[in-house]
Amino acid sequence: MEPILKGRGLVKRYGRVTALDHCDFELMPGEILAVIGDNGAGKSTLIKALSGAVIPDEGTVELDGKPINFHSPIDAREAGIETVYQTLAMSPALSIADNMFMGRELRKPGWRGQVLRQLDRARMETMAREKLNDLGLMTIQNINQAVETLSGGQRQGVAVARAAAFGSKVIILDEPTAALGVKESRRVLELIQDVKSRGIPIILISHNMPHVFEVADRIHVHRLGKRLCVIDPKQHEMSDAVAYMTGAKEPEQEMSVA
Amino acid sequence: MSTPQSYEAAVTGSPDQVAEFDQGHQSFIQRLQHALHVTPSLVPLIVLILSIVTFGALLGSKFFSPFALTLILQQVAIVGIVASAQSLVILTAGIDLSVGAIMVLSSVVMGQFTFRYGLPPALGVACGLMCGAACGFVNGWLVARMKLPPFIVTLGMWQIVLAGNFLYSANETIRSQEISAEAPFLQFFGEKFKIGGAVFTYGVLFMVLLVLILAYVLRHTAWGRHVYAVGDDKEAAELSGVNTDKVLISVYMLSGLICAFAGWALIGRIGSVSPTSGQLANIESITAVVIGGISLFGGRGSVLGTFFGALIVGVFTLGLRLLGADAQWTYLLIGVLIIAAVAVDQWIRKVSV
Repeated sequence: MEPILKGRGLVKRYGRVTALDHCDFELMPGEILAVIGDNGAGKSTLIKALSGAVIPDEGTVELDGKPINFHSPIDAREAGIETVYQTLAMSPALSIADNMFMGRELRKPGWRGQVLRQLDRARMETMAREKLNDLGLMTIQNINQAVETLSGGQRQGVAVARAAAFGSKVIILDEPTAALGVKESRRVLELIQDVKSRGIPIILISHNMPHVFEVADRIHVHRLGKRLCVIDPKQHEMSDAVAYMTGAKEPEQEMSVA
Repeated sequence: MSTPQSYEAAVTGSPDQVAEFDQGHQSFIQRLQHALHVTPSLVPLIVLILSIVTFGALLGSKFFSPFALTLILQQVAIVGIVASAQSLVILTAGIDLSVGAIMVLSSVVMGQFTFRYGLPPALGVACGLMCGAACGFVNGWLVARMKLPPFIVTLGMWQIVLAGNFLYSANETIRSQEISAEAPFLQFFGEKFKIGGAVFTYGVLFMVLLVLILAYVLRHTAWGRHVYAVGDDKEAAELSGVNTDKVLISVYMLSGLICAFAGWALIGRIGSVSPTSGQLANIESITAVVIGGISLFGGRGSVLGTFFGALIVGVFTLGLRLLGADAQWTYLLIGVLIIAAVAVDQWIRKVSV
């Protein structure tokens, strides 16, 4: 089977700091791939290189076997790659509905949409509400409230709901459960399974080992700017994964090739 | 031992309707603060109404006549138009110090193209409008693509455009009589029409229409939402799929174009084309924007507020003049208003923290 998203020899340097050091990456169709690694291992840079937010200095990225050259996150979104960033990327003063549809607003049908370019607020609000309900974010009272009035967890929920609603090829989730409560985390994990059952592969970056081992099909262990190994969560313990990513233990030779 | 995830089983019984809370009794101040937070242009509107009522009470029918009230509109028309342009730029967390210079250069281009090169006045006006948009494009390109701070870019452009204006016009004024004899179209925005005792110019009409159109565009189109998003958090807007460079360039270009319209209205207002006119437009437009409650940090406020802000300045100027006060009192009170407006803005913000 050919990988849907493939990175080869990715390099990114920030001045004298090397964030990615000839890193390889593969995402298979329909799988959930977890990316784990210590702080500063270069996970976020890897994800940004795949989602267009960072342009790698060297190396190639292929989507569906075709080489791609993203110059901005907009390019990646148009190609069907949707990302939830750790910073969440939301405009605090704008409403939840405005944020969810930022950059792909719905216009009213007929002349009001085409000539006056008027936004269809009612439809956007209904859709936003549905997506939030799917995620179980019942504590959000008003879909028109500004994002700055939400708690951190609620904001994260909105960001995840946005990605899940619009991702068509690949969804990238950077620490999606970090700020969420028990119930909301569970819903996010269910949502991840749900998205997977729709056939859309997911890249999940997380420090939460129980969550990673619960949902991931494969685990990409990132260390010192490159892929150390890929492990199968069914055949490894959480302690193995932690040992590999912190450098306490070296993976066996055949695993680093896998 | 139970499974590691069993604690989550307790979630199943949780209710799944949207949360609602009894707000309890809210004090008048709390409700006012909330209303102001939701509708930022309410503050300048209240100040405007209060100042009209106060001057009306002090001056009686001398101030409260349709003639005097529409005179205010005529006096603020130019500042109102320029301040609308300024509002767009400030909403993106920028500032445009070159608005006054672009306005004057555009009016000079309109006049000189018509008189020096003998173009039909309509074509001369079109060239002036293009000149304004082009200056705005340079501002926008430098801010968006070269990532230079808007303050620096427009400070430089202010000097460049103003110097270009003097060099090109050779400091030469085109007199009012010549314009009304040969190219009255240049004075179009100065033409008056009466409804009862009220006197309007087309410039006033243009300002009101412009404010309404901008208010609609900012509130009800995707582009308008993007302007707010860019001013609020540019990086977030970019990551969530807004082409921020395009938004910034279009905002500065539109600002330049609107300033060129202000230049056209300026010819109508003073009658002549003078390269030395309109020197205060910069500071007056920023004043109107600030009194109108738009945050200088971007992303908050509305163009209606700016309109009210410009009117407040107009009401104070005319009211104090009719009262026979020294003109310095006007500046003093406007200074107080600026500081008060920002203080109120900070207070309103508290609900959002």
